[in-house]
Amino acid sequence: MERSRRREVLSADDVGRALTRIAHEVVERNHGLDGVVLVGLQRGGVWVAEALAERLATAGAAPPIGTLDVSFHRDDVGLRPIVPGSVTEIGFALDGAAVVLCDDVLYTGRTVRAALEALNEYGRPRSVQLAVIVDRGHRELPIRPDYVGKNLPTSRDENVTATADGVVIE
Amino acid sequence: MTRTIITAGTVLDQGGRRRADVAIGDDGRIAAVDEAIAPAAGDVVLDAAGCVICPGFVDLHVHLREPGKEEAETIETGSRAAALGGFTAVVAMPNTDPAQDSVAVIEFVRAQGRRAGLCEVVPSGCITVGRQGRTLAPLAELAAAGVRLFTDDGAGVQDPQLMRRALEYAGPLRITLAQHCEVAAMTAGAVMHEGACCSRLGVPGWPSLAEELMVHRDIELSRLTGSPVHLLHLSTAGSVALVRAAKADGLRVTAEATPHHFTLTDERLAGYDAVFKVNPPLRTAADIEAVRAGLADGTIDAIATDHAPHAPETKEAPLDQAPPGMLGLETALALSLTYLDMPLEDIIAALSWKPAAIAGLADRHGRPVTPGEPANLAVVDPAATWTVVPAKLASKSRNTPYAGMELRGSVRHTIFDGHPVVVDGVATR
Amino acid sequence: MKHLLSIDDLSAADITDLLDLTDHMVEIGQRPIPKVPALRGKNVVSLFFEDSTRTRTSFDTAAKRLSADTLNFAVSSSSVNKGESLRDTIETITAMGVDAFVVRHRSSGVPQMLTAWTTASVINAGDGWHQHPTQALLDCYTIRTGLNRRDGFDGLTVAVVGDVKHSRVARSDVDAFAKLGARVILVAPPTLLPTHVETWPVEVSHDLDSVLGELDVLYLLRVQRERMDDGLLPSLREYSTCYGLTAARAGALPGHALVMHPGPMNRGVEMVVDPGELPGSVILHQVANGVAVRMAVLFRLLGAGTDLKGHA
Repeated sequence: MERSRRREVLSADDVGRALTRIAHEVVERNHGLDGVVLVGLQRGGVWVAEALAERLATAGAAPPIGTLDVSFHRDDVGLRPIVPGSVTEIGFALDGAAVVLCDDVLYTGRTVRAALEALNEYGRPRSVQLAVIVDRGHRELPIRPDYVGKNLPTSRDENVTATADGVVIE
Repeated sequence: MTRTIITAGTVLDQGGRRRADVAIGDDGRIAAVDEAIAPAAGDVVLDAAGCVICPGFVDLHVHLREPGKEEAETIETGSRAAALGGFTAVVAMPNTDPAQDSVAVIEFVRAQGRRAGLCEVVPSGCITVGRQGRTLAPLAELAAAGVRLFTDDGAGVQDPQLMRRALEYAGPLRITLAQHCEVAAMTAGAVMHEGACCSRLGVPGWPSLAEELMVHRDIELSRLTGSPVHLLHLSTAGSVALVRAAKADGLRVTAEATPHHFTLTDERLAGYDAVFKVNPPLRTAADIEAVRAGLADGTIDAIATDHAPHAPETKEAPLDQAPPGMLGLETALALSLTYLDMPLEDIIAALSWKPAAIAGLADRHGRPVTPGEPANLAVVDPAATWTVVPAKLASKSRNTPYAGMELRGSVRHTIFDGHPVVVDGVATR
Repeated sequence: MKHLLSIDDLSAADITDLLDLTDHMVEIGQRPIPKVPALRGKNVVSLFFEDSTRTRTSFDTAAKRLSADTLNFAVSSSSVNKGESLRDTIETITAMGVDAFVVRHRSSGVPQMLTAWTTASVINAGDGWHQHPTQALLDCYTIRTGLNRRDGFDGLTVAVVGDVKHSRVARSDVDAFAKLGARVILVAPPTLLPTHVETWPVEVSHDLDSVLGELDVLYLLRVQRERMDDGLLPSLREYSTCYGLTAARAGALPGHALVMHPGPMNRGVEMVVDPGELPGSVILHQVANGVAVRMAVLFRLLGAGTDLKGHA
């Protein structure tokens, strides 16, 4: 595969600093961590939720983490493979919680829309906030993130990968 | 006097092959067979270049469905299919409704055949009243009306004592009893050959033994009574072996096999398509080999089609509910030429003069191609290839299992009773 | 995958893929609101020419949990009884706009025949003695979770006991278990075994007691009363004596072994002991897993498309 266009836009350290900043913003916005829960979107958002929880633990008690598989709620259901093992696991009540949805890259907004719908079936949270490592634009729905690691202008034919090791565009 | 002249062909009959033209007079008989016959003004000339001119074919086994199931076939449409297949005589099976167990029905079938005028329709008679297997049909009365072949085809005569009595009674009547060999108690609900495919598909099986038991029984009854027995549509290697041994013993046993039993295996039913459902069922590759060998060594005397038309909607039923049977008249010659590794002479014999003798028609069908003989002839192009297209068949039904198959060998002309009823592969009436 | 007609059409990987998908469906079933919009707008018609409340209800529940519209075509009150052909029935309903037919018929092969007459997917919910593929899948799922065998059944020994000859469950299960790597032993009197059983991927035994000790799964089939009329069995009592699961036989099973049955059970015939008292009985799990497996099948047939390139 042609790799010449591959470029790293955030290093591992950059990503770590962004997560630390987002952790602070979460505490600030929610006046502490009371009632805050983290829900990572399968699969790219799970590590984000875990990394965020790690940093929040240093600021006080670690919030509970859940995972959410939105495959069956998507409007483009069937166009994507269902990934084995990436099931929903929310081991706590959502009623009255402040849910921070975590994902790696925010793009069209359709995954988040599906997640909002899926969350409804587990309870009625007090609020839902959205944390992403990268917002690459090109939204197709009226959705905006509450916490962003980096705003990254991209073109539609580029691929963006965000992991703890850095953010790469190819 | 208008003659029909068949030119440029090779005559093939009991006397072998020779290059000759054939002239047919307007008395329905062969007028001349000569190396070159010059047509006179007004003569009809049929080209036979590259073809063999042979005695017309005789099918010992067709279901024409009239009277009773005219939506599937009529004597006229079935006769047309026969003529296109090179047949100048067909033996109509008696499982009509009403069954052919009375002179009235026999005469009706004959009359319908004459009206169509495409081939001779020879009604067979029932062995038992209504093919019920309980009391003997009026064999002597029917024999007096000219019936020569009797059978309960569609079913076998199950009761061995009744079959023994039928054979004894038939002795002085100079008729032949033909058996559909199937021990019904072993085939209740059977859909296909009892084998690996049937086991996988989850349908009741039709074991080879159910045929072979009755083949054996009737061979022994023929030995006991001295009366001839003709065994219909043999399908298993075991049946062929039994008949071979019976012939070695000099018994008056004859047998036929159908093209589908020497071309198709039970695996064809894997898609549950009822077009492949037939009775007796399609068997295994080993059975096919045995049937071919039986034809090649003369154990099996005749190729018969068991032409069994069924209206399309009946074949669209679930496999266990659909009626058994497949079309055969228009594909028999081509399947024989394509799949049998036999000399052309032997194939024509099995299609013509050998079945003519079994059916008691040897005075007018399957005759040598010589002056003075009745002009019942087939002109066959052994090299022509064609593809089976169900919609183009003359039969009223479409249940051929050979759709889309390319075959070698076609019938160019058929002469029945002196009339060209098929010219260049097209029926003239 | 357009239709599900027979386990024969599936590879081991296909089966595993459906079982993986079933995990997701089990999770959906555990949600406070066990319903997702995945098949919204899809129309699933169940066409049961033979009565089966269990299987029909299970498919119905599965379709509803995926938000598909469902329609029960009640054959007994339909024009099928007025002589309308199978083909006309299917073509007519297809013309109304159907995405999938769930078909049960007493004749083997009917689901396969229907595929020629409809553009919709056809799911075989049991045809004659032939196949019942979703039963096999739910049985595989039950074994996989019950014995924790996500990676296949290599090394497992499964006995299928009873009327194999007339059983679509046996034909599907044997295929599926064998494909996943299990060693399958059929245990039955010779009259209840299919002909040409040597062409099946199985071993055969006529002595249940001799195999009990090596089993990981004991799968009992239903034995029907009419088998005696066909001359296949002297009596149900004799069958029960030789092949029924008694307390003593249950005691001879290894501790971890599962006991399964496709239902409905003949108490006192193949099941002599009360299954509620068997520690290894997973018969009710089979029923519960049925819904999830059928959701997976419906989703795989109706929800699947080509992969979009690039994931957001």
